[in-house]
Amino acid sequence: MSRRVRCWLALVALAGLGATLVVAVVDLEPFGHYPGPYGDVLAKVVPGERHTGQLVAATTFDYRGFDTLGEELILFTAACGCAALLRLRRRERGEQAGAPPRPAPSFAARALGGALVGPVLVVSAYVVLHGHLTPGGGFSGGVLGAGALLLAYAAGQRLRLGRVGSIGLLEATEAVGAGGFLLIALGGLLALGATLQNFGPLGTSGMLISAGTIPMGNVAVGIEVTGAVALIIAEFLEQALLEDRG
Amino acid sequence: MDELQATCLIVVAAVGTLVVFTRDPLRQAAVAGIFGLALSALFLSVQAPDVALSQIAIGSIVVPVLVLLAMAKIREHDE
Repeated sequence: MSRRVRCWLALVALAGLGATLVVAVVDLEPFGHYPGPYGDVLAKVVPGERHTGQLVAATTFDYRGFDTLGEELILFTAACGCAALLRLRRRERGEQAGAPPRPAPSFAARALGGALVGPVLVVSAYVVLHGHLTPGGGFSGGVLGAGALLLAYAAGQRLRLGRVGSIGLLEATEAVGAGGFLLIALGGLLALGATLQNFGPLGTSGMLISAGTIPMGNVAVGIEVTGAVALIIAEFLEQALLEDRG
Repeated sequence: MDELQATCLIVVAAVGTLVVFTRDPLRQAAVAGIFGLALSALFLSVQAPDVALSQIAIGSIVVPVLVLLAMAKIREHDE
């Protein structure tokens, strides 16, 4: 295809996209005007039914928890696919080269990374555990947790648990998180007859242990997201995030 | 729409344009991170702190890191 034809094709496509966008925006509700009934219904119902003021968490982990279940499994599958694809490439390249030695991190990277790992981990745990009380929750907290692991890597630290390498550890973490969320979904089915029905103790609104299965779901998702994101990054780094596989 | 939201929208549009006009992928990864932060400020200004937090985590941790790692891979291949 010549450059001329491509330019014309792009122009036609862009004009079509632009026209569609204009039509879509003209039909939108005015800025800040919310016409749907669900937000108002939930705002009335959630504090009484679930003992929490965090409507977003109540929606994602309870009322529309089924969507979150699907999203969890999508992330789980994506991380598995990423791991499988990149691992294949590593084996293809042959082991004769062996793992190239990692350059030692500079003093600045070690100092800054080392100093930040602890605080970032604490913030991550805080964001996950308070997902039903304040903004945040399993997803953002989980990504922060993976960020903390990345900082540890930048500082040149190694993570091992006995004979399990860090890739194995991350895979297990991801699986435990995804499995935990499935168990919460099943628990609702067994206890109250509907998948993801909130079977946990509702407690007092505003307390750390309240809102039933919502904080449990946050913790499960937090663990899963930490494992999945760290696993993807680790596989990209080709050697394990903090230590070789063996 | 109040002034804060309008400012955030303009900043997002400006930084987004900057991302497009940054030709060096290495710099683009850093500018894209700043774009992520601008976007999270916009989300915060329309009272969506949950989305803003996720955006900070994704836009300034995951996306730049993945872009950098992918670029490292490509360079390794070229050599």
